[in-house]
Amino acid sequence: MSNSAEAGGTPARSLRERFPLLALIFERFLLSLLLLFAVSVLIFAGVEALPGDFASTYLGQSATPETIANIRAELGLDRPVITRYFDWLGGVVQGDFGTSWASRNSVSEQVGNRLGNSLFLAGFAAIIAVPLAICLGMLSVHFRDRMPDKIINVISLAAISLPEFFIGYLLILYFAVNFGIATFPATVYQGMGFFERIQTIALPTATLVLVVLAHMMRMTRAAILSVMSSAYMETAELKGLSSWRAIVKHAAPNALAPIINVVALNLAYLVVGVVVVEVVFVYPGMGQYMVDAVTVRDMPVVQACGLIFAAVYILLNMLADILAIVANPRLRHPR
Amino acid sequence: MPDTNLLSVHDLKIEATSYPPGEPPKRITIVDGVSFDLQKGKVLGLIGESGAGKSTIGLSALAYGRGGAEITGGEVKLDGTDILKLGKGGIRKLRGARICYVAQSAAAAFNPAHKLGDQVIEATVRHGLMSRQEARKRALYLFQVLGLPSPETFGDRFPHQASGGQLQRAMTAMALCSHPDLIVFDEPTTALDVTTQIDVLAAIKHAIEETDTAALYITHDLAVVAQISDDIMVLRHGRTVEYGPVQQIIEAPTQDYTRALVNVRQAIRREAPDQSKALLDIENISAEYSNGFKVLHGVSLHLCKGQTLAIVGESGSGKSTLARVITGLLPPSDGRITFEGKPLTPALKNRPRDDLRRIQLIYQMADTAMNPRQTVRDIIGRPLTFYDGLRGAAKTARVKELLEQIEMGNGFIDRYPAELSGGQKQRVAIARALAARPELILCDEPTSALDPLVAEGILKLLMKLQEEQQLSYVFITHDIAIVKAIADSVAVMHRGRLVRFGPKSQTLSPPFDDYTDLLLKSVPEMELGWLEKVLATRRMESAGN
Amino acid sequence: MRAREIPITAWIGLFGIALAIFCALFAPLIAPYGETEVVGGVWQVADSQFFFGLDNLGRDILSRLIYGTRTTLFVALAATVISFSLGILLSFIAAVSGGLIDTVFSRFNDLMMSIPTLIFALVVLAVLPQYLFVLILVMAVLDSTRVYRLGRAVALDVAVMEFVEAAKLRGEGKIWIIFREILPNTLSPLLAEFGLRFAFAILFLSTLSFLGLGIQPPTADWGGMVKDNKDGIIFGIPAALVPGTAIAALCICVNLVVDWLLKRTSSLKGGRGDA
Repeated sequence: MSNSAEAGGTPARSLRERFPLLALIFERFLLSLLLLFAVSVLIFAGVEALPGDFASTYLGQSATPETIANIRAELGLDRPVITRYFDWLGGVVQGDFGTSWASRNSVSEQVGNRLGNSLFLAGFAAIIAVPLAICLGMLSVHFRDRMPDKIINVISLAAISLPEFFIGYLLILYFAVNFGIATFPATVYQGMGFFERIQTIALPTATLVLVVLAHMMRMTRAAILSVMSSAYMETAELKGLSSWRAIVKHAAPNALAPIINVVALNLAYLVVGVVVVEVVFVYPGMGQYMVDAVTVRDMPVVQACGLIFAAVYILLNMLADILAIVANPRLRHPR
Repeated sequence: MPDTNLLSVHDLKIEATSYPPGEPPKRITIVDGVSFDLQKGKVLGLIGESGAGKSTIGLSALAYGRGGAEITGGEVKLDGTDILKLGKGGIRKLRGARICYVAQSAAAAFNPAHKLGDQVIEATVRHGLMSRQEARKRALYLFQVLGLPSPETFGDRFPHQASGGQLQRAMTAMALCSHPDLIVFDEPTTALDVTTQIDVLAAIKHAIEETDTAALYITHDLAVVAQISDDIMVLRHGRTVEYGPVQQIIEAPTQDYTRALVNVRQAIRREAPDQSKALLDIENISAEYSNGFKVLHGVSLHLCKGQTLAIVGESGSGKSTLARVITGLLPPSDGRITFEGKPLTPALKNRPRDDLRRIQLIYQMADTAMNPRQTVRDIIGRPLTFYDGLRGAAKTARVKELLEQIEMGNGFIDRYPAELSGGQKQRVAIARALAARPELILCDEPTSALDPLVAEGILKLLMKLQEEQQLSYVFITHDIAIVKAIADSVAVMHRGRLVRFGPKSQTLSPPFDDYTDLLLKSVPEMELGWLEKVLATRRMESAGN
Repeated sequence: MRAREIPITAWIGLFGIALAIFCALFAPLIAPYGETEVVGGVWQVADSQFFFGLDNLGRDILSRLIYGTRTTLFVALAATVISFSLGILLSFIAAVSGGLIDTVFSRFNDLMMSIPTLIFALVVLAVLPQYLFVLILVMAVLDSTRVYRLGRAVALDVAVMEFVEAAKLRGEGKIWIIFREILPNTLSPLLAEFGLRFAFAILFLSTLSFLGLGIQPPTADWGGMVKDNKDGIIFGIPAALVPGTAIAALCICVNLVVDWLLKRTSSLKGGRGDA
């Protein structure tokens, strides 16, 4: 942190003083780019540096020294690592993730469809989970240490202990098999109507919401509680304000930034949740694609999916951080 | 007799539940049987150490219990009505309208998300006492009365855009805005520097007089409260020690505790002459933090063997930083330090162990200076093992000997710090320093967190040890009274520079430089009418210029 | 501490953990059938002989569940212990050293954490050979990033305390400062974190096994058992839910204990009289 400040020199410093908000946002943006680059190196190097001969994996039973050498040349594995990395990165930047070893198809084509499906599922779950978590968190704070709070606490404690697939299968058994009011597997295809699509992903969405909700709610409760116990909330009470006004006018603007942080932290659960839920519900998204590729050691697909998941995660985190920066009154109104 | 008092508190009892670690929760009494009366337009000073229950009493005037404190007995009558029986809605109508509160840390008490002006008038407008326009006008008037800079636009600032002293005044304006009958001031100047404190104090006093509001003024500094109150109540451990008019309390206290608070320290020690050969010689020391911020600018000082050098200054003056430089925690960027004629290695990690042994440090907060998971035996014993290789019975014998020296019995040897009182902890910290057989002890405000009686004991102990063992002290403090009592030589620091240095008799007598003059004059004195006197001289000086 | 002060929820948690440990230790003695022994028809329903019924190959689910406790507990515990030792050691070194070491460690940790754990694990497990110790190490290394972050925060909290500075001034070495000054003062939050990480390790291992990348068949393991029996769900056969319930129950038990530990830590702070 201090390094980047020093490297800026005097002109940057004066800019920083004049527009601290913009400077911070710009800094955060640069950091994300740097992180993204580092992650691409990590994923590429991780796959390259670790033991295991892909050519023989690729050929399976029919491997002979000659065919292995041929395959290595064909896949480009005989070239130096650095060259291959920049070739790969160059392709990625242009949206070309190479060719799948398993199906010999373009990875980008597959990813294009599936990424949309995954984002749709995760986004839909987030739209339901975030407001619900905040409401429950506030409810819990309002009834702090009383019965409703305790009940919410125990239930959410139980919910964070449930594996995603367990919730998924439980929902399938009851809603799809026993009651027959939901569909399984959740197959979506192009040209499907919006409502039909939503109906299809009802169960996976419910599973994701349950998974994320508990975590998010517990953290929201803590964040709101710390705002509520601050000195300016005591001031509001000692000014004779109604508790409604104190919460809306005094607590809410300050709770915004911490709540955004909570949401950002829980994006990780969402990403992991998506992978598992897609496998459970046989949903044609990125998660299932990646898991399948990992089982057959289809490296270009694994690399592509790993990078995309990481990139989405990093970008969302950046977005949340920037929102939190903007929500901070100290930064919005510099001295 | 009909009740003519504005506020009448009778036999107040406040309790809270505490949760000691590893034990079942227990009820503790914070305030026990306190009674007082306050007439319209008068000021009552509540004074006591932390834990005396004075803030809790102040908040009870708003029928509020902080952090689980509950008012369990007695009555709090405002104009004859017991506000404890009013119920939620009734109390809400009083708060922010007829009774207002000024917190110790205005910086935390203002909401960072809203403009100061809006927060100042919020309660008045919400209670329907004035229209927005009227309230704004009132706020502008109050900003002027309180001497805030550019009062017309001050209300547009956010809390983080104002200084601590300004925020404290803005909070006073917020309290005065609704024309309240009563304001509770909860240590409004404690967090401020001495030279800022006097301005805020004057502003508060002026505003109270101007608006004819009654006030409860809570502080731990008797000299401060003497300037502003009509009556004073001295509290200790939640009970009243003494209650009477300010003149009687200051000039004729009847209780020992009050007397100890009132008495300016008697000179404990005669000044020793400056010797040519110094034990510690600091030459032209400059220092900066790792971010390049310069904290010390060319400081030169010296200290003779067996003597005490007092370093005085406000927060940010660099006095504690100087101690860190001497210990090697912050290596200087320039200059050199000589100890017993030999240069001292700048950085701590390169310093020979024997040099580390010879310079010891005593901290302000004995609480955080000792590992809570170690017993007194471990705390005092570790330097013995570390420097002198003492173990087993020899070590125990030496620890007991040290406990004798600090006037504590052997019975304390297996206690944890949490089982000691504040004064005992500081004594153990002194013993830990002594265990290293030091020649120089750096004392970083070792008494400022303590009850005055306890602090007196610690000072006497330090003096006794100096006598017996020819110890030299660098004594860092902001308390001029202590300097007068124990120092041989005095250094005054301001914004990282040495302003004044020399034998005590010279440094603390005129002619003064501007800063020392301001500092000495800003320290409240235990004298009625002191504040008026200082303000009058100031006005004369500014008129003369 | 007295037994009476432990809340009922924590007792339930402790009992559950004890039961799991008992099953793991004495699996061959208490399991009615062998781990891989085929004793009947595929997905035979539960009766008095087979308490939870039979699985997709006709093996006794109860027996496999008991054997699975062994694998699951062992792998999760091993991963947590390694992850904890690694994370705490590195974080304390970073906190005490400061400067370049701290910056390098922390930036690298940030980088590792910028990829969601499961995604990272999938990438790495795609490459590495499928051995048990590889799985444990991958889980441990990935999880140690979380431990590192907490450990550093806790250690920094304590490291700025004056008694640590006093030890430095005395000339004490890093080992003394870490183990004698800082560690004893951080035990309580770290113990709670250990519990949390352990619960997370159980879930993570189960997830990996469920995806077919964790414990390899025919070894019984709870996550793998869900995978084996998942196809039965469509036919209304709840065999997959039995190991799922076991995972959930154990995690709830661990979390109940952690919750209690955390409350004790926070009431420790409250007891100091912050009000």
